[in-house]
Formats: sequence, structure tokens, C-alpha cells
Amino acid sequence: MKKFLALLLAMTMVMALVACGGDPKPTEPTTPPADTQQPADADPAPADPEPAPAGASEITLWTYPIGDWGTEATVKTLTDAFTAETGIAVKVEYLAYADGDDKVNTAITAKSTPDLIMEGPERLVANWGANGYLVDLKDMFDDTDMAEINAVNEGVMNACTHTNGAIYEYPLVMTAHCMAVNLDAFKEAGADQYLNLDTHTWTTDDFIKAVEALYSHYNATVGAVFCAGQGGDQGTRALVNNLYGGTFTNAEHTQYTWDDPLNIQALEQLKSMNGIEFDASLAGGDEIAKFYQGALKMAFCWNIAQQLDPNGAKTGAEKTVTGEQIAFMSFPSQDGNSKLQGGIWGFGIFDNGDQARIDAAKQFIKFMCDSAHTVDAVQAARYFAVRNSAEGTDLSTIWADNAIMNEYTKLMPFLGDYYQVTTGWAGARTEWWNMLQEVGAGNDIAQSVANHVAAANTAAG
Amino acid sequence: MSRALQRRENIAGYLFMLPSLIFFLGFVIIPMFICIITSLTNTNMHDPGMFGGFIGLTNFANLFQDEVFLKGLKNTFVIVIVSVPTVCAFSLWVSSAIYKLKGPLLSAFRCIFYLPVVTGSVAVTVVWKWMYDNYNGILNGVLTGTGILEKGVNWLGDPRTALWCIILILFTTSVGQPIVLYVSALGNVDQTLVEAAQVDGATDLQVFWKIKWAQMMPTTLYILVITTINSFQCFALIQLLTQGGPNHSTDTVMYYIYYTAFKLTEQAGHFGYANAMGVVLAIFIGALSAIQFKLAKEK
Amino acid sequence: MKIENPRSRAYRIFSLILLIILAFLFLFPLYWIITGAFKPAQDIYNPKPVWWPTDWVVNNFSNLFTKRTAPLFSIFGMEGPTAPAAFRWLINTVFMSVMAMILTCITAAMAGYALAKKRFAGRAIIFSLIVCAMALPKQVILIPLLKEMSALKLYDSLWAVIFPTVGWPFGVFLMKQFSESIPGEILEATRIDGASEAKTFMTVVLPMVKPGIGALAIFTFINSWNDYFMQLVMLPSGNNFTMPLGIASLQAETSIDMGLLMAGAALASVPIIVVFLMFQKYFTQGITMGAVKG
Repeated sequence: MKKFLALLLAMTMVMALVACGGDPKPTEPTTPPADTQQPADADPAPADPEPAPAGASEITLWTYPIGDWGTEATVKTLTDAFTAETGIAVKVEYLAYADGDDKVNTAITAKSTPDLIMEGPERLVANWGANGYLVDLKDMFDDTDMAEINAVNEGVMNACTHTNGAIYEYPLVMTAHCMAVNLDAFKEAGADQYLNLDTHTWTTDDFIKAVEALYSHYNATVGAVFCAGQGGDQGTRALVNNLYGGTFTNAEHTQYTWDDPLNIQALEQLKSMNGIEFDASLAGGDEIAKFYQGALKMAFCWNIAQQLDPNGAKTGAEKTVTGEQIAFMSFPSQDGNSKLQGGIWGFGIFDNGDQARIDAAKQFIKFMCDSAHTVDAVQAARYFAVRNSAEGTDLSTIWADNAIMNEYTKLMPFLGDYYQVTTGWAGARTEWWNMLQEVGAGNDIAQSVANHVAAANTAAG
Repeated sequence: MSRALQRRENIAGYLFMLPSLIFFLGFVIIPMFICIITSLTNTNMHDPGMFGGFIGLTNFANLFQDEVFLKGLKNTFVIVIVSVPTVCAFSLWVSSAIYKLKGPLLSAFRCIFYLPVVTGSVAVTVVWKWMYDNYNGILNGVLTGTGILEKGVNWLGDPRTALWCIILILFTTSVGQPIVLYVSALGNVDQTLVEAAQVDGATDLQVFWKIKWAQMMPTTLYILVITTINSFQCFALIQLLTQGGPNHSTDTVMYYIYYTAFKLTEQAGHFGYANAMGVVLAIFIGALSAIQFKLAKEK
Repeated sequence: MKIENPRSRAYRIFSLILLIILAFLFLFPLYWIITGAFKPAQDIYNPKPVWWPTDWVVNNFSNLFTKRTAPLFSIFGMEGPTAPAAFRWLINTVFMSVMAMILTCITAAMAGYALAKKRFAGRAIIFSLIVCAMALPKQVILIPLLKEMSALKLYDSLWAVIFPTVGWPFGVFLMKQFSESIPGEILEATRIDGASEAKTFMTVVLPMVKPGIGALAIFTFINSWNDYFMQLVMLPSGNNFTMPLGIASLQAETSIDMGLLMAGAALASVPIIVVFLMFQKYFTQGITMGAVKG
């Protein structure tokens, strides 16, 4: 007994020591000491002027599920190509929208941020960039780059640039967010007459009539104004704003304006409709899943990546799990001429105080966003490239043989203002879904809207 | 005791305490101290150091005007106040019904009620999420299928039901241990006392309250303590099921601390404020434990 | 034997029936996990409950295993062969729970003995600190702990979860209650025989508190197996995920692919349930011990 215990104690001690000291932190390079001159989280102040011989040998990338950038097999092919060319290994962690932000914030607190992060301007520019955690990428853009990006859409660089002039996101892909309908269900309920499948647009009246038809046929919730959290809130915002033409912010992006009477009218309309439910048990991702499973007949959280691979389930483009046809639609508005929410995704670099790693991360961005490999990186995301050409490779035709992609380009002209970079954005979207929950619970709509807009504007300063 | 002997006791005592104290002080008490100190400052995520500027009790003053926090405090209270007595009562009833059963039957029942504990909180949470589901959950499926409800209830999406759904899950994962404890306590009740009382003409109910209940008092207190501890461990349920919604109806102080610290909001990383919540919660819990132990001492 | 009156007999039958119903309800989530893990998609998404899989399929498990991969283990910077991440999660969870269990038992047995039997100065203060800290939820010290772990370079390692578990004072409390019952005369006699403190502890104290250690081991193991919060905060990288974190990340990513989630839940819960059923007797003994003394 005694011997056994002593042995056990000794073993634990040794293991504890070994594991504490020996476990290489993932953010630290694991190759010879010459390379490990500065752990990622070391205080940069007493910087040893040690030379960085071959640069960093390993970098970390945290990515949100942007198309197949959340699929391990696909990302591995991309990073393997990068490693083969540069010798820099890439360690990838996959974040989810449900708790990815918390993980990044936790890592910031623990001073163990990754080198690279992949998401959109509302996080990279308006939040982590604005708070000084990211590296300014301005030196990566020359006139050719700017011209190539502006040739596709002039708003992209604007969204990736902070008001202080720093560029915190190197954009890779973009799209317009839309909604989707279950075409077979619409046909069964006789509601397909309200859809214009040629232009993919419809009016508010069409939408109301369609929901009525669906509800009388199915006698169940057919569309959910999901509000369990912030995930996918671009869908609910676009739905409410377009219905009667309200706005979310002012044109200068200095103030939140969703207390617009037109928005209140839209919320009241949605609340009064049978078949439309304010559902606080669903977030955007859940709504997509419910639509894909056939429970909901329309989804407000949709885009081209979903259309190509509904719910990321790899069961066939444009089909629900049971094989029903999915059609993408613009959001309904009074004249059918809606303003769609844009999505822009790209990379940001966390400033870990280690120039070698920052340089390696820049190499990675260059490789993915502006080289012959950009084609693969864009196709993995299943969105449109933000530029027409990358170092001589033509990107404007990479989806040319994809009929669904071609059809979807009809929606791209509806792309509206990218207002997600307004100051206080993170607070505003929290107010937004909390407000939807209150509306769903039956609170006075005008009052609820007024409270939350006021709170959002206070936070915005 | 002589001084030399006392010194020997001191040294031996501290040497035996040492390994435990390293962990206890290092990972519970020191963080708690830092928590108390930072609760008086405006420390936030964006500061490089551990402490920000001293702002006195401002955080606490703000806390008690923060509606979400007050709601969270209320919900935390409701969870404890509801789940602790129901768990105790339910497990007492189950144990008194099963403790006289034959061996295998008894252990079968004990096992079954203990299973949710071993299944693991996250596994239990995801299966309940599915069962509560508004569209294809079994609860709505059965209730509407049998005609009890005309229309399904959005269990986790309705502010009126969400908290109760959470409490129910917590309940199923809490009763296992108390049942095991009560069964053995009932088996250990002094039978001669029971028989003597029966001879004197006491009814079953009287026997139960006057003799069995009195003898099981220490067990009951122990159960109160572990169930209270358990009720504060509902973080996983809330984070995975409702994230505090809808309408903050399932926000607890525990979740709100995490939310304030790490969720991407404008207030994100407001550590001083989050720590102030921690201090308030710690005071409540400290008071609760003190009461329970005072009760235990009196018995 | 007293003759049972008909009313109490009726009550007994009624309560037995109620118990059986309740037992089925308590078993149901587990049943739902296991059948759900083998159900094809159309059963899972069916708004009408499908009580028994129309077809037993394993593709939920194959999805689970192919979705993420990780090296099977990594020690001293060496990595094992690449395997489905779920296996790594399982290994991590076992390692974490066993380590926490061993460390807690050793430290708590020693401290509990000292608190119960040694009249050292400051004993009362330490004990009241322990009592007050017992019910404290970990969220209270979340932020300082995170910063501490980052300073100790333990962030993103399993030790960041193990150490606070060991620090949790419930074990010390439990072992103190056990050690109270060691008769003082025996300790005194050993001392007079000239045994050292260490020897007394090893040869006299430990054998007497062995049941208590068993109880504590079970508690700690189950608690750290079920813990989720500390893991969520301390372990960001997939190679360090535990089973609960793995399932939670699946839920966050796939939203409500219930088949996949149930496969994960089954993988997480079945091993520990098997262990529980095998050692059931010791579980119940251990739990009871804790209370009788406590």
C-alpha cells in the first residue's frame, strides 16, 4: 500500500512536471530553439534583437464556418498547398458562430490569440481591429490590388477599412445574403404564383399572400423570425427593413435608425401574420437546419453557399433533405427592389508582437487571396471572389460553368449598403435580437424598439 | 499542551496540509482575492495589466441598476429555491417507496435514477434540446399527437416555460445521489424505536415524522448541501440551450458573468463589472452555506 | 409481523406503478440518445416521433468520425497517428478525470487528516474558508483564473482544468469528516511506539479512511467527467478538446444535426455508464459513506 502510494505520488509529480513543461503550446513554434525566439504571448517590450533566421515555421488560423472553410478536409488541401510552397505549417482551429466570439475573446484575455482569423468586417474591423488587436494590412495593397477589387464592388475596401484609415481585413470572398423558399411546398400550397422565379424578386403583398396560402395549407409555422442569438441576424434585419423600406443606420454610419416607423410597421405586420413566428429557440444556423429538414417552408438566413450545399450537409445542391426543390429569393419589398445585406469574408492578423509570425501570416494571406491559388480558396468558400483577377489569374470566370452561381448573379446588383461597420455594432446587434425576443413575447412593439435603439445609440456614443 | 508539542503539531499539520493548500490557495483563494480587488476597479479586457483604475463601489452601484443582472439574480434564486426542496422531497418519496424492495429491484431503481448523473451534463443537454424542440421534438409530438395540446409549445423559446424546462433537466440530474443516500439512511433507522412506537399505537405517518425523519436529519442536511452546490452548476444547460434568453428569462448570474466577460458586445471584457457580480454571488452563497452549517451544528 | 391494512397496501401498489412510470421517464433520454444515434435522417427530422429506428444506420457515427481528425495523443511534443478527433476527446477526458481523481485523493486525504486530528494554529480559519468556498461556482473566479493560467503558461492545456478541480475544497471537507472517526488512542499509541508522522499516516490513517478515499475518487471522477465550464474557457484548441467540449462544438457547428449529436452523446456517455454499471456497488457504497460520516 505504502509503496504503491509513494509510486503513484512520484508518478503524478513527474507527469505533472513533464506535461506542464513539455506540452508545447500550439501557438509556439516547435522547431529548434533558434526559431522560438519569441513565444506568441511574450511581452514584446524587452524584445531581444535576435534575428529571425528563416521566419516562423508554424502559424495558427482560426476560421469561422465560411462555406467549406469550416470543413477540415477542404481546408487541409488548401493549407497543405501553402505548406508545400513555403514550408510554413498551418494549424487550424474551427470556430462556430454560436461560441466562436467568446473563444477569441478568451484567447485575447489569455494573451494567446491565433495569428490569423477568418471572418467579416463586423468582427475584424469594427471590433477586434478597432480595439487594437489586429495588424494594419495597408502595406499589402498596391494600386493593382485596389483596382482589381474595386472593379468588382467599390464598397468592399471601404468595409474593410477602419475610420482611422487602417485596413484590418484582407477580403477574399463576398456575397449578397438572401432568403430561400421550399418550392415544392409553395407549389403544393398554391403559393408559387407569388414568386417571380425569373428575377427572384417579390413584393410585400406577394409575401403576405404566400404566407397566408402556406398557413392555410399546412396550419403550422412556415417561417421563423429567429432570435435566439446574434447568429444570422442579417436575415431578420433585411426582412424587417425591406418589408416597408425602413433603414437600419443612417447613411454616414454614425447612428442607428431602426426606430424608423416603417420598421415598426414591418414588425407589427410580421407579428400579426399567422404562419410567421418569432422564435427565440432558434438562431440563424438552426433556422437553416429546420428549413433544410422541411419543417419551415422559407428561410431568411440564406445565401449562395447554402444554395450550393444546403445546410452544409452535402446532400445535393438546391435540395432539402427529402429532395424538395429550394429556390433562392430576394427579400420582399413594396416595389420588389430590395436592398440586400452583403457579406464580405477575409483574413485578419492578430498582433502577437512577433514580426516573423506576422510576416508568415501575410504570406498566407497573399497565397490565399492574391495568387494563382486564389481560385481554390474562393471555390472552397462557395462565394464570389472580391476581385476580378489575382496576379494574372482571371477570377471573373471561375464560376462560369456553374448554372446556380450564374443565376445567383441576378441578385448581386441588389447589394445594399454595408452598414455593419457602424460604431457600436456588436452592441447594436445584441439589442436587435433582444428586441425581437421582446416583440415575440408580446411586448409593446414601438416601446420595445425605442428602448433598444436608444441603448444601441448610447453604446455607439 | 507544551510549546514544543504545539510546534510539532503545527509543523506536522502544515506539512500535511501543504499539497492541498497549494491547489486551494493557488486556484481558489488567490483568484477570489483578485476577483474582490478587481471588482472595485474598472479593469477591462483591453488593459494590458491585471488591475485598472480604482473606482470604489461604482460597479456594485451599477449592478443593482442593471435590469439584466437583477433578472439573473432572481432566476438564480428561483432555481435554487425550487430545485433544492423538490429534489429533497422527491428523493425522499422515491426512497421510502423502494427501500424495502428486494435487492435486485432496489438496485435497478437506484441505478435508473442515478443514470442521468453519469450520462454527463452535455450529453443530457443535447438530448433534451432535441426533446424540447419546437418542430420535431418528442414532447410536442406526443402532446399534440394525443390531443392534450392543440398546438405545440415552444418550450425553450417562450419566456414563460424556458426556465422551468431548465429546472426540470437540472432536477433529473440531481435526484440520483439523494435517493441513494436516503435509501441507506432509511435502512439504518433504528428498528427497535419504530417497533416501540408502533406498539404505542403510532400511525405510519407519525412513525415516519417523529422517528425516521428525525434520525435522517444529518443525511437531509448533507443532501441540502450537495443539491445546493449542484443547482449552481447549471451553466452548461443555459449556455447550450437558451443563452440566457428569451427575454433574459433564463439568465443566471453565473451565465451573465461569462456573458459580460467574453461575449462580443460593446461591454465585452468589462472584467471589473463581471467580477463585481462574482463577489455578489459569492456573498449570497457564503451566507447560504453559513446558514446550512449553523443548522447542521445545532442538530 | 403487523398485518398490513388495505389502505396502505393500495398506496404501496399505486406508488410502485408510479415509480415504474417514472423509471421509464428517467431512462428515456438515454434511450433517445442511443436510438437517435442509429436513426436515419428521415426518422430524425420526422415531426411525428419515431419510437424505433425504421432502419439502423451507422452513418451518424461515420460522420462523427470523419468530420474532424486529431493526432491520437501528444506527449513531449511527439504526436500519435492521426485518428478521428472523437477518440482524442475520449483520451483527453479519461486523462483529465483520472489525473484530477488521483491528485484530489492524495491531497485531500492528507489535508483531511491534518484538519481532523492535528491541532495546529490557524486550523479553524482554514476550515471555515473551505466550508465557504465549497459551493462557490467556478464562474465567480473565472477571469482571475484565466489570467493566472495564462501567466503560468497552462492555458490551452488539460492541467488548466485539472488543477482548479483539485483545488476545489469539497474533497478536503469530506476527508476531514472521515478522519474524525479515527480513534485518538490508536494514533497516540503509534506515536508512543516511535513511529514518524509519515509512517502513522501511511500505516494507520490511510487504511482507516480507505472507504472515504473510494467515495471521493468516484465523486471527483464523475464531476470532472461532467464538467464543462472550465474546459470551455481553458481549452480552445481542438487537440485539447474533451468529450463534453467536442459534443458542444458539434452542436455549435452543425446546429441541429441531431443524428450526429446523438452519436457523439452516445460515445461520451456509454463508456462511463458501463463503468458505472460494473462498479455500481462501490458507487452506492461510496456515496453513502460520504453522507454517513459527513
